[in-house]
Amino acid sequence: MALLEVKDLKVRVEEREILHGLTLTVNEGEVHAIMGPNGSGKSTLSHVIAGKPGYEVTDGQILFKGEDLLEMSPDERAAKGVFLAFQYPVEIPGVATMNFLRTALNAQRKARGESEYSTPDFLKKVREVSKSLNIPQDMLKRGVNVGFSGGEKKRNEVLQMALFEPSLCILDEMDSGLDIDALRIAADGVNALRSPKRAMVVITHYQRLLNYIVPDVVHVMSKGRVVKSGGKELALELEASGYAQFEDAA
Amino acid sequence: MNVAVAKTGKGRAVSDLFTSAEGRLPGSTAVTAVRREAFETYERLGLPHRRIEEWKYTDLRALVGEVLPLAAAPDAAALKRAADAVKTHAIAGARKLVLVDGVFAADLSDVKALASEAGFKTLRETLEKDAGLLKTTSTDAVIALNAAMATDGVVLDIADGAQLSAPIQIIHIATAAAASAFTRSQVTIGKGAHATIVESFVAAGSKAYQVNDAVIVSVGDDADVAHIRLMDDAPDAVNLTSHFVTVGANVKLKFFNMTTGAAVSRLQGFITLAGEGSELFANGVNLLQKTEHGDTTLVVDHAVPNCVSREIFRAVIDDRAHSVFQGRIIVRPDAQKTDGKMMTRALLLSDEAEADNKPELEIFADDVSCGHGATAGALDDSLLFYLKARGLPEKQAQALLIQAFVGEAIEQIADDSLREHVIGIAERWLERRS
Ligand SMILES: Nc1ncnc2c1ncn2[C@@H]1O[C@H](COP(=O)(O)OP(=O)(O)O)[C@@H](O)[C@H]1O
Ligand SMILES: [Mg+2]
Repeated sequence: MALLEVKDLKVRVEEREILHGLTLTVNEGEVHAIMGPNGSGKSTLSHVIAGKPGYEVTDGQILFKGEDLLEMSPDERAAKGVFLAFQYPVEIPGVATMNFLRTALNAQRKARGESEYSTPDFLKKVREVSKSLNIPQDMLKRGVNVGFSGGEKKRNEVLQMALFEPSLCILDEMDSGLDIDALRIAADGVNALRSPKRAMVVITHYQRLLNYIVPDVVHVMSKGRVVKSGGKELALELEASGYAQFEDAA
Repeated sequence: MNVAVAKTGKGRAVSDLFTSAEGRLPGSTAVTAVRREAFETYERLGLPHRRIEEWKYTDLRALVGEVLPLAAAPDAAALKRAADAVKTHAIAGARKLVLVDGVFAADLSDVKALASEAGFKTLRETLEKDAGLLKTTSTDAVIALNAAMATDGVVLDIADGAQLSAPIQIIHIATAAAASAFTRSQVTIGKGAHATIVESFVAAGSKAYQVNDAVIVSVGDDADVAHIRLMDDAPDAVNLTSHFVTVGANVKLKFFNMTTGAAVSRLQGFITLAGEGSELFANGVNLLQKTEHGDTTLVVDHAVPNCVSREIFRAVIDDRAHSVFQGRIIVRPDAQKTDGKMMTRALLLSDEAEADNKPELEIFADDVSCGHGATAGALDDSLLFYLKARGLPEKQAQALLIQAFVGEAIEQIADDSLREHVIGIAERWLERRS
């Protein structure tokens, strides 16, 4: 079943069109990779799906589980199961990570009409997940992402993904700034979340990440459009020949 | 010269305020004379208005109009309501001293438990003997009015070397509607003493009342003191408070004020660092919504060398509320090596919110390090979006960031149950946001 359907999406930022009619369908259980050069609009797409303000959708639509995503506030989208792991997670001084995780999880559950987690259940869950991601407990006492290394920030994003159990995970440049060990830990965390009910969109500039998170479908994005789609071998092809051929095509 | 009788906004003669209350104001004949003189000062000056420089941003004639008549002494029903309020607002483990509509309520207070730790009298008792506590050199109308009308207060004497095991909490409770309470207290802290003094202002169902409080504090050498004021009066109340603080040598004084109530409020503090080697840390938080007006005015007078003063004033301003911070640091000619800094940080939650900030440095010594800074802005959109993208609705995302902003000030309160108490008041303010 189609989980996410982006249809002929046109998006403007500050009077300039960035996405020029982008179409993409992601089914339940699939892992899609979106590759493309810097500036091709990958982060813009992820932000529009998550509901970040400042983007004007001038045409097209985004359906999530058949519902119009663009009509929903960012928190409604999160409660429905949309999760964006940010390329640059922000630091939030004064908001302890643990308090943030619990508040966010319970806000999502409340929006879905589910009961709030009890403190022991919540702590148990966080402890399990953070252990598997190699996140020390004292990191969770600090402000959200405050003083975290690049790798720690990305692992904190994967931690949230595991905790919130979204049905659509969008990972924006999860590999940027990570050394190979940090990448492996984060990728293992993501792979552990693969399931027949959950889809993932892995945005990356480099093929390297796709050795760890192996996609079912690869899309090439250039200048605000998907210009080619194929199987995982497309990523290898790109690695060999570069993006130049698609830039001409776009 | 013909002097017209000054009239209040409702046509009552201003002098009625005093004459109608005089029978209820405690004190000897000497005290009555001091009160009369103070009231004449007030009558001559009237309520402060914007052309009085110190009151430029807080024009009481426009904001308050008139001073309401003296509240009646609380009856049994009022004391019953006050008792319920004490249950809600008492800090776990603290020694309570309760003033109801400006009158000390012994039955609601922990006088016995306190006796082993501090000397205690009421203002009423001290005024039977002498008028000293009402005397002031100030030319401020609000302070003069307080001296004229003060009905009661607490007079605390903490002995040299005393190490208080629990905070002392002075709770002002308003039960009378459309009336004024005038209180004046004195806190004397002995040399080397260690104490936490909390003042709470709350309402017990009362509306549209006015509070005029004055507190005279003196801190002995080597003392370590936390002074916390939590003004959570009813949303339509008026609270005008004046602090006079004198600090000895090698003192550590931490002052914290949080404003979460009252339609119109002003805390004016006059702090003199009179002994060398002392450190003053003053932290303030104004949480204002609707059309509330909250003014914090602080004059820190470095009278001697080698003292440190740090003031950080935060304001969270919603709707059409107005926050005022006026900070003056005076460095006297002798006060070399003074290190005095003040900072204001305003968080504006609406386009119509207003923050006024008037820092002043009056420096008469040459070898000093003094300065001031200010920031003002809205909540950070990128942080708000991150929280919303994780499922927090707008108001909840804002609340988390506001708590973080205010928390930086609150987390400096050392006593655990006191800190939890303060966090609770801030959270209830957040819940009141529309
Ligand atoms: N807030 C913004 N204001 C103006 N231009 C923007 C903004 N965000 C992105 N852009 C522009 O949109 C284009 C696509 O950017 P982006 O989506 O970040 O690409 P990618 O993630 O593929 O590197 C770039 O040309 C970039 O400069
Ligand atoms: Mg990007």
